[in-house]
Amino acid sequence: MNVLLLICLLLAAGLVAWASERIRPNLPNWVALTTFVLATLWVVFAWLSGPHEGGLYAEQFYSWIPRFGINVILKVDGLSLMLIGLTMLLGAVAVVSSWTETTTRRGFFQFNILWVMAGVVGVFSAFDLFLFFFFWEVMLIPMYFLIAIWGHEDRSYASMKFFLFTQISGLLMLVAIVALVWIHYSTHGVLSFDYHTLLGAELDDSVARLLMLGFFVAFITKLPSVPLHTWLPDAHTQAPTAGSVILAGILLKTGAYGIVRFVVTLFPEASRDFWIYGMALGVASILYGGFMAYSQSDFKRLVAYSSIAHMGFVLVGVYSFNDLGMQGAIVTMIAHGFSTAALFMMAGALQERLHTREMSKMGGLWVKAPRMGAVTMFFVIASVGMPGLGNFIGEFLVLLGAFQKNVFLTICAAIGIVVAAVYGLSLMQRSFQGTPNPDVPEMRDFAFREMSAMIVLMVALVWLGVYPQHVLSMTDAILPMLGVAP
Amino acid sequence: MEMLWLVPALPLAGFLVLFVTEGKLPKIAVACIGAGCVGFSAVVAAVVGWEYLTSGTDAYSQVMWTWMAVGEFKVEATLYFDYLALVMVGVITGVGFLIHLYATGYMWEEEGYSRFFAYMNLFVFAMLLLVLGDSLLLLFLGWEGVGLCSYLLIGFFHKDPANGYAARKAFVITRVGDTALILGLLLLFREVGTLGIQESLETARSIWPDGSLMNTAIALLLLGGAVGKSAQVPLQTWLPDAMAGPTPVSALIHAATMVTAGVYLIARMQGIYLLSEHAMLCVAFVGLATLFIASFTALVQSDIKRVLAFSTMSQIGYMFLALGVGAWSAAIFHLMTHAFFKALLFLASGSVILSLHHEQDMHKMGGLWRKLPIPFWSMVVGSIALAALPFTSGFVSKDAILLTAADAPELGMVFWGGAIAAAFMTSLYTTRMMVLTFFGETKMEPHDPSKANMWLPLLVLAALSLGGGWFGFTVLDSLFHDHGVHFGLHLDNPIAIATMCIPLLGLVAGYLIFYANVFDRKGIAESGVGKAVGRFWFVGWGFDKIYDSLVVNPFRWLARVNKGDFVDLLFRFTALVARILNNLFSISQNGRLRWYALTMFGGLLLAIVFVAII
Repeated sequence: MNVLLLICLLLAAGLVAWASERIRPNLPNWVALTTFVLATLWVVFAWLSGPHEGGLYAEQFYSWIPRFGINVILKVDGLSLMLIGLTMLLGAVAVVSSWTETTTRRGFFQFNILWVMAGVVGVFSAFDLFLFFFFWEVMLIPMYFLIAIWGHEDRSYASMKFFLFTQISGLLMLVAIVALVWIHYSTHGVLSFDYHTLLGAELDDSVARLLMLGFFVAFITKLPSVPLHTWLPDAHTQAPTAGSVILAGILLKTGAYGIVRFVVTLFPEASRDFWIYGMALGVASILYGGFMAYSQSDFKRLVAYSSIAHMGFVLVGVYSFNDLGMQGAIVTMIAHGFSTAALFMMAGALQERLHTREMSKMGGLWVKAPRMGAVTMFFVIASVGMPGLGNFIGEFLVLLGAFQKNVFLTICAAIGIVVAAVYGLSLMQRSFQGTPNPDVPEMRDFAFREMSAMIVLMVALVWLGVYPQHVLSMTDAILPMLGVAP
Repeated sequence: MEMLWLVPALPLAGFLVLFVTEGKLPKIAVACIGAGCVGFSAVVAAVVGWEYLTSGTDAYSQVMWTWMAVGEFKVEATLYFDYLALVMVGVITGVGFLIHLYATGYMWEEEGYSRFFAYMNLFVFAMLLLVLGDSLLLLFLGWEGVGLCSYLLIGFFHKDPANGYAARKAFVITRVGDTALILGLLLLFREVGTLGIQESLETARSIWPDGSLMNTAIALLLLGGAVGKSAQVPLQTWLPDAMAGPTPVSALIHAATMVTAGVYLIARMQGIYLLSEHAMLCVAFVGLATLFIASFTALVQSDIKRVLAFSTMSQIGYMFLALGVGAWSAAIFHLMTHAFFKALLFLASGSVILSLHHEQDMHKMGGLWRKLPIPFWSMVVGSIALAALPFTSGFVSKDAILLTAADAPELGMVFWGGAIAAAFMTSLYTTRMMVLTFFGETKMEPHDPSKANMWLPLLVLAALSLGGGWFGFTVLDSLFHDHGVHFGLHLDNPIAIATMCIPLLGLVAGYLIFYANVFDRKGIAESGVGKAVGRFWFVGWGFDKIYDSLVVNPFRWLARVNKGDFVDLLFRFTALVARILNNLFSISQNGRLRWYALTMFGGLLLAIVFVAII
């Protein structure tokens, strides 16, 4: 599998989609969908054919700016491959979910979606820090456009907030990257942005701590973790459906991925000393995110806050520094991608039909659209952490790992499970159950197009919940690299 | 015994078929699938049970696949079949099938017929997994699964927001217990290194020979889960509200099976409890408190289903008491007989409710005994079994519990006294329920919708309620090898005789108070003290109020106040400062040349002064 080719394919498809709008207004949708389906199949094929020696599924090296030691180093290991697969699959889901929602400038819309995804694939496979930062920025700008152009009523505020949060925290990371490279250069005399070279950089404790924080802040802003989470509810709520699906399903994972790939490996000691703060932030996110989710009356905003709570589990898992916690964090990333993407898709479908996200204006929708009700119930249950579905596996492993490290924080995190039930079921009650709201017009239930996307996500969650071993064994091999014993 | 996997697989298949067909099947097909798959499952269970009993092995286990494995943590999806599983599977599939059969008639007129049976089948699947899983995590899967189905079925009539509230209340409160259970699993894994039930019990025996703090902590955390699921004090408040569900649901989930999952859990993990005296005492006291509180509460309810709900709570209290004094077999035996007679009572009361167009208030019933003979006689049988009159199944099991409790060291008389007082109350409230419902003047004219699929289950359950005690003498006694437990008639000591007679006294007292009106019942109820006590009992001793004011209302209030997310204030403040500065500086950009010249001059002057000073 050639990752650069995949990235180029996405970039090129973006241009084609943009241009194809002139031929037929609906054509960009088809271009994007075909691209994502093909890309998904490509990833599945790479997965089935197994890794090369060294456990890598792909490895590419191209020289880029040799004078500064900057190269295009792309590698795909188990973790990356899974996340790329998730990205491509959710890309297809995002396109399907916005099939009829976007009516203006569809070509440019799909262009942006494809380019975000190209950036994400780059982020998940770059092993050169400069290249990583480059892709980090590449995914930001099309996302900004998606919110700013096709967003809802408050889009300019939300998109600006999103941009500023990401940009300022990204700046911290850039400073940390440059400082790290510079320190490595001054001790070894080699100027290199190569991840594997930089792993060997010798840092003073205080410097390592500072640089680690630079990365850490950038990533927990993206994750997001309390207290840097406030861009997310606004961005999610205002983004068009496809934007929310991508944001929640994938972009948040780049933050989690960054912590796993860079923070804990580049600065192993500093990160280990930092565990209590990382874990405490995770727990705070779980409890505060869950609590905030309950207090919302906007369907989408509720789901957005619930994402904060779920990503808190990722943070807790990673900072447990053992195999259980790390594996749990990874499974949570994948499962959350599926379940939340579906819930955002549902929010979008409701808004398309009812022209509102306010749950006080819904109620009793099950009677009008039983399929949508059943599907929402499924994903709410998944996100509440029902055993047998993917999210449970992730959260349970996280708790199991965290318990070995700190009992008190684990108890607090476990309380988050009760809170999840409270907000999850209240979402269900306020939208689909209760007395049918007489003001709600007749609404169309899910048909083939939407159901097929939902069924894919349902099957994925059941598969992850009943036989998570596929995912677990993919990442088993890289656990030593992440600084935890297998 | 290789067919064991089919027992849970059949209901799962039923669920999948009903789920995928989205209610498009004709009703008769839904009924056949819904009840049929549970029936077949019961048949398979009977075959497996027969093979197990004749094979003479202690236990049979069937590995299906490795659910997950991370490092040293490994969970196998394994089914484990022993005497305990045999009883549980028998109750779940047997009583479950009868209730399904009844429900095919009861739910016939309702909307969402297919959805109902899909949930019911999913429930049976989850419950079977709960009792068959050999790993605590698989048990937990079933545990949460039954909780989910309970939630779905309590809120089955989802158009009424009150039902949704009851459903959520049930789910969230049991989840509080489940969180304790999860923490118990985490601690168990940390200490023992496995979540396999048999494996962990064995290891526990070897590493904690005489009990330890850890062992007690684990036992208590598991008890937390059991208390939530089985509606015991202090997490009992959800069960009465759960009666919002259709009556077959109350019979299956909130009487016969799910609510007894806590009893099963403790019985299954008895190896852990036996090592800790304190944990055993806690179990016994939880049971004692619940059976006592609930029996008084049942006396003053006016909704027939709520009477039965509090009665269920109280009967499960007896099971917990039995577990706490080490009478495992008596607890499981009472679980079984209770499943028979309580399912019977619920189904019979369901027939009454249906014939009165969903009227549940007993004060509006009365004089029905001639008009609804099958429900009436069924309820008579159920009532005498509930009140534990001699020779009924309820007598055999409850008698065993009370006599074993009386034998408990030191606290024996406390346990026995509390339990026998509650037994007296049981007779009293049962009589009251029967009198109010079936005797006196007729206030509503019933129409009898009984069909064969509805009265047949009543008949079978009535037979089991009367004769089910036989299992105790023969099968169970030999299976449990539990020689501290007294099954059967004992007339050799005064306590045994008192245990037998006091329920009868309750019956007589009930007759005198509620039927013959010997006392001035109204006067007592309307006096100051009577009113206050009645009110206190009626609301279940005020637990709901305490939780509302301590947890629910503060949480809601905080949520309302903080809807805008106070953390965001910091960032909004930053933005505001930037905007104010922007406005301030944009004053200078006003397009007037004179102003520009002035500021340029001023700036120059400042710069010169600045340079000059330095």
